[in-house]
Amino acid sequence: MIEKQYNITGGEGLHARPTSVLVGASGTFKSDITLEFNDKKVNLKSILGVMSLGVPSGATVKITANGEDEEAAMAKVDEIMKTEGIGN
Amino acid sequence: MNFSLSGIAASNGIAIAKAFRLESPELIVEKLEVSDIDAELVRFESAIQLSKAELETIKEQTAQQISNEEAAIFGAHLLVLSDPDLLGPIIEKMKSEKVNAEFALQETANMFIGLFESMDNEYMKERAGDIRDVAKRVLAHLLGVSMQSPSMIADEVIIIAEDLTPSDTVQLNPQFVKGFITDIGGRTSHSAILARTLEIPAVVGAKTGMSSIQNGTIVIVDGLDGNVIVNPDSDSIAYYQGKKASYEQQKSEWARLKNETTITSDGHHVELGANIGTPNDVAGVINNGGEAIGLYRTEFLYMGRSQFPTEAEQLEAYSSVLKKMDGKPTVVRTLDIGGDKELPYLQLPKEMNPFLGLRAIRLCLEMEEMFRTQLRALLRSSIHGNLKIMFPMIATIEEFRKAKMLFLEEKAILEGQGIPVSDSIEVGMMVEIPSTAVMADIFAKEVDFFSIGTNDLIQYTLAADRMNERISYLYQPFNPAILRLVKNVIDAAHNEGKWAGMCGEMAGDEIAIPILLGMGLDEFSMSASSILKARAQISKLSKAEMESHIDSIISMSTAEEVVSYMNKLSEAERMF
Repeated sequence: MIEKQYNITGGEGLHARPTSVLVGASGTFKSDITLEFNDKKVNLKSILGVMSLGVPSGATVKITANGEDEEAAMAKVDEIMKTEGIGN
Repeated sequence: MNFSLSGIAASNGIAIAKAFRLESPELIVEKLEVSDIDAELVRFESAIQLSKAELETIKEQTAQQISNEEAAIFGAHLLVLSDPDLLGPIIEKMKSEKVNAEFALQETANMFIGLFESMDNEYMKERAGDIRDVAKRVLAHLLGVSMQSPSMIADEVIIIAEDLTPSDTVQLNPQFVKGFITDIGGRTSHSAILARTLEIPAVVGAKTGMSSIQNGTIVIVDGLDGNVIVNPDSDSIAYYQGKKASYEQQKSEWARLKNETTITSDGHHVELGANIGTPNDVAGVINNGGEAIGLYRTEFLYMGRSQFPTEAEQLEAYSSVLKKMDGKPTVVRTLDIGGDKELPYLQLPKEMNPFLGLRAIRLCLEMEEMFRTQLRALLRSSIHGNLKIMFPMIATIEEFRKAKMLFLEEKAILEGQGIPVSDSIEVGMMVEIPSTAVMADIFAKEVDFFSIGTNDLIQYTLAADRMNERISYLYQPFNPAILRLVKNVIDAAHNEGKWAGMCGEMAGDEIAIPILLGMGLDEFSMSASSILKARAQISKLSKAEMESHIDSIISMSTAEEVVSYMNKLSEAERMF
């Protein structure tokens, strides 16, 4: 299991566009990937789950990947966070 | 069986093609007990797949024809259809409660819709609408009801609809949509204005199109006279093909006037401009020989999206219009939202009388930051062409002064930051509220120009909602009250050495043009497709002669008298 924390820096927080990219990519991995914010944990493969958290800009979130391709999954999440300017 | 309908001629031209009904069906979900759950699951899965395929097509077409940004909305819709948190509970519900897919879907979707609607973030609240949209698409497939999106049309058709919303019209592709017929609306409804911009023949207010025209039936749209012929016999097809050919021939004659300036028979020059909504419309302006843009409606930049356009996005749009116009005058109207034009992300309270409420400049002065962003984008774009700015719905001189002050403040800030800004931006106003037309002499001292917006000026002067068909008789451009107001505005401008234009529908009307010319109107801004016809007409008119009729015209008692006087005049001219 791998965990990583991110500060959400994108001006709009986790809005539809950045979330779509994250969720779309997560869906291609076998591992369970979750996002935790404000003590609530949701499936990062679920756009409705992630959106329902209403994560604002400036928030800290924890992402966890657990499964056979967890390292590749986390690397991809990390890449998207940076290239899409979502967080660091 | 063939029959015809008559409506309002909304956009010139004639089209003959198959009817395509654009319906938004009511989806009624019943709770049913299901014995063969496996079959039901297969049915559900296939509805999901069909919806996904549909969304892929819409997404691709939107990306090609509009923008990647707009297409991203459909990308998010696709993800909703793969969402384990949505699909899981639906399948679970079907299995455990032995219920039909429609019911399980609706219950689960409603749970999410409720969840999003209860969030205290306005943006997230709006996402409930997206879930509703997606759920509706799948439900339609489950129920076997066809739900179309205009962007899916890939065949030459004539669209039949109750009405077309601005977001429907965004998706119309003139390559396939040859014409349209709507049951409601008038010449100035948004779909009508858009039809003229796209140069698609249209008849609006046809009342019974949806109840009488079947999919696939051959339909003739006569946008010149406002007629619709359904299932025409070979004689009518031949007749309308002839009419279409002669209209197109006339159009090509006008095309010869494309690169000429607009000069009356006695050598007076007036400027013929076009009204546009997006940078894409500029091509039509150039193709139709427009000498200017007399009205660039910026609200389309704000519509069909989930948040305000950024300064950078606006700068790009304004600069692109100015560059394409290559130094020709371009009048940009600042945001005119409110009234019948709503923005979903701008949670405005419902008003009893939206047309008399918080809209246009009133809203901009209240939401100062939003307005300042637009002004900055406009100022920064000004170095790319001949920019003029005007404020909509000004009622009092204080409003104009306040708006102009914000403009000057933003200009000073940008200059302080070393950002180049043009020094010759004219700042004017729309005249569409009677108070400003009456007080035009006072306003003329402070504005650089007037642009008369006749659609609203008529509705406010005669107190008649222009969307209400039952009082459409009160929409009277030729009512002497309107003509006197227009004359007052033009005279007031000229007394102060300023210019006056008109950007309402009236500016392109063949009966109005001679009157306006006689009153001394300097700039006529109309749908691009009306420009050449107007230029041909003006080239045959003498300004001095029209001037001599103005006193008698404004002394008349009714609109009818004015129209019949003008008709007689034009018949007399033809006799020479």
